[in-house]
Amino acid sequence: MILEVKDLTVQFPTRRGTLTAVDSINFSIGPGEVLGVVGESGAGKSITGMAVIGLLEPPGRIAGGEVRLEGERIDNLPHDQLRKIRGRKIGVIFQDPLTSLNPLYTIGQQIEETILTHLPLSRAQAHERALALLREVGIPAPEARFSAYPHQFSGGMRQRVVIALALAAEPRLLIADEPTTALDVSIQAQIIALLKRLAGERGAAVMLITHDMGVIAETAQRVAVMYAGRIAEIGPVRDVIHAPKHPYTVGLMGSIPKLGIRQDRLMQIEGAMPRLNAIPPGCAFNPRCPKRFARCLVERPGLLPAGSSRAACWLHATTP
Amino acid sequence: MPPLLKLDGVSRDFDVSRPWLNRVLEGEPRRLLRAVDRVSFDVAKGETLALVGESGCGKSTVARLIAGLYTPSEGRVEFHGKRLQMIFQDPYASLNPRWRVRKIIAEPMLFIEQKKPVSEFLVQVGLSPDDAERYPHEFSGGQRQRISIARALAGEPELLICDEPTSALDVSVQAQILNLMAALQERLGLTYLFISHNLAVVSLVADRVGVMYLGRIVELAPAAELFARPRHPYTRMLLDAVPDLAMSGKARTPVAGEVPNPLAPPPGCAFHPRCPHANERCRVETPKFLNNVACHAVEEGRI
Repeated sequence: MILEVKDLTVQFPTRRGTLTAVDSINFSIGPGEVLGVVGESGAGKSITGMAVIGLLEPPGRIAGGEVRLEGERIDNLPHDQLRKIRGRKIGVIFQDPLTSLNPLYTIGQQIEETILTHLPLSRAQAHERALALLREVGIPAPEARFSAYPHQFSGGMRQRVVIALALAAEPRLLIADEPTTALDVSIQAQIIALLKRLAGERGAAVMLITHDMGVIAETAQRVAVMYAGRIAEIGPVRDVIHAPKHPYTVGLMGSIPKLGIRQDRLMQIEGAMPRLNAIPPGCAFNPRCPKRFARCLVERPGLLPAGSSRAACWLHATTP
Repeated sequence: MPPLLKLDGVSRDFDVSRPWLNRVLEGEPRRLLRAVDRVSFDVAKGETLALVGESGCGKSTVARLIAGLYTPSEGRVEFHGKRLQMIFQDPYASLNPRWRVRKIIAEPMLFIEQKKPVSEFLVQVGLSPDDAERYPHEFSGGQRQRISIARALAGEPELLICDEPTSALDVSVQAQILNLMAALQERLGLTYLFISHNLAVVSLVADRVGVMYLGRIVELAPAAELFARPRHPYTRMLLDAVPDLAMSGKARTPVAGEVPNPLAPPPGCAFHPRCPHANERCRVETPKFLNNVACHAVEEGRI
C-alpha cells in the first residue's frame, strides 16, 4: 500500500466547542490505483485530503489516527521534514489551476525549478525533462510555450501544466481535489483521460476528490462515499454505482440525472446534511433515512461488510 | 396563437476596444466581440426550451437579452406575455443580504394589483411561512435557491428564465430543486427558458434543446430526438464527452482542441478546427441554419 489512513480524525476547536470535521476514517490506496472520494459540500472530503498532506488550515488539526506513506508515518513529522516529503513524494492538483501556479514565473521555470529541487539532475537535464513532461500532458509546441506565463494559457491548458508540475518529481501519491470541476465537459474528458493514463503508467496512488460521480465512474477503481465527516460506504466503483448498499448512496445515485434515461422526477433525499455542530447521535444519516430503525438512533455503525463493499449501516449487521 | 417568446435574428456585440487614448496613439481600430450571432428561436407557452453549450458560447447573453438586461445590436426579441422573471446561478449573490425574506419576495409584487400573501409563495417552494422573517444568510444554498424561485413566482410571470439554476448546488439538492421546478411548471403552467451546461440535467427538464457554439445556435431539436440522434458534430462531441455513469465500458472519445477565442473566430464554420468532418467548404463558408442544424456535412449528407 502506498497510502494508509487509520482512524483519522480532524477537529476544529471553536469558541462554541470542538467540531469534528473528519471522524475516524480508514482507507488505503495501492500502487496504480485511483481511489475516488465523493460527497457533497461539507462532507469532509477536501479536509481529508488536506489532512493527509499536512496542509490543514489552523485551527484545524489532526486529533487522532495516523497517516502512512509507503509504510512511514507522516502525520507526526516536523514541518520542514514533511515539506520535503510533500514536494518529493506527493503531488497535488487543485480545482483552480491558478492557485498552484506562480503568475510571475514562466511555466517552464516553475517546472524546471521543481525538478531541480527534488531530483539530482543538472539544469540541462531538468530542462529536457520539463519539456518531456509538457509534451506528455499534451501541451502543443512545448518548446514555444516553455517561456509563456500562466495567464497566457486557457483553463484546460493551465490544468495540464499543473498536472505536469505535480508529476515533476515522480511522486508516489497524487491528490487531485476537484481537478475538472472548473472545466468545460469537452476539456474535462481530456484531463480525466490524461490523469488516468499517467497514474497508471507511473504506478502512483491517486486520491481523486470530487462531487461528480461521473468522473469517478470513469477514473477510479474504488470509491469512498463520505457523509458528515464519515465514510458511509466504500467499495469497487461498479458495485457502489450499480448496487449501492448504504441508503445515502442509494439516494445520492438516484438523484443524479442520467443521459438517455427518460424519467419524470428524480429520486430525492429529503432534508440536508447536518451541520458539524448538530450531527445527530447514532448514525449521522438517520434523520433523513427512509429505512432507519431503533438501533440507528442510538448506536453509531462502523463499516460493515456488504457484498463486495463495506457500508456504515446497521441494515448490514449480521446480528441485529 | 403566437409563441410566447420569439427571437428573430438576434445579435449582440460588445465593445472590447482598448481605451480611446491607446486607439488614437497606436492607431488601433475599434474591436467588437460578437457574443450572440443571429440567434432565432421561439418558445411556446408551457414548454421548456433549454440552451446548452460550453462557457463563453453566449447562452447567458441570450438570457439577458430576453430579460431586457441587454439590448440587441441587431434583430428583435418579441415577448407576447405580461411578465417574465429570472433565476440566477448563484443563490448567494442574487439575494440582498440586508433584506428579510419577506421583503425579498414582496419586491416583484410592486406591479401586481391583487397581491397574494408572501407565505403562500414560501409554502409553494417548500419553505415554512415563518421563514419570511429570516435573513438569506440563515439558509443553505438549496434553500436560498428556493427563495429565488419564490421571488420569481411572486411576480406572477408567464416565462421564467433560469440561468444555470442548479449548477452551484450539490446533486441531492439539485434533485430537490429540479423536482420542485417540474412540479411548479405542471401546477402553474409556466414556460421555462432553461440555460445549462449540464446535458444530463437538460435531458431531464427540456422539451426542446438548442445547442450553442461561439454565439450561434448550431442545432435545435426536440430533446428526445437530439439525445437519440444528434446531427451536428459539435452536439455529438458534447454527448460523447459526458461521463458515462452506466459504466458500459464504451470508450469516451475526448475531443481535441478548445473553444477558439471569440475575438478572432475561425472563418467559415466556427467549429471546423475541431471537427473531424471538416473540408474545404467548412473552412471558408459559414453554414446556414437549415432544417434545424447549421452544418455543411449534414446538409450534403456526408454524415
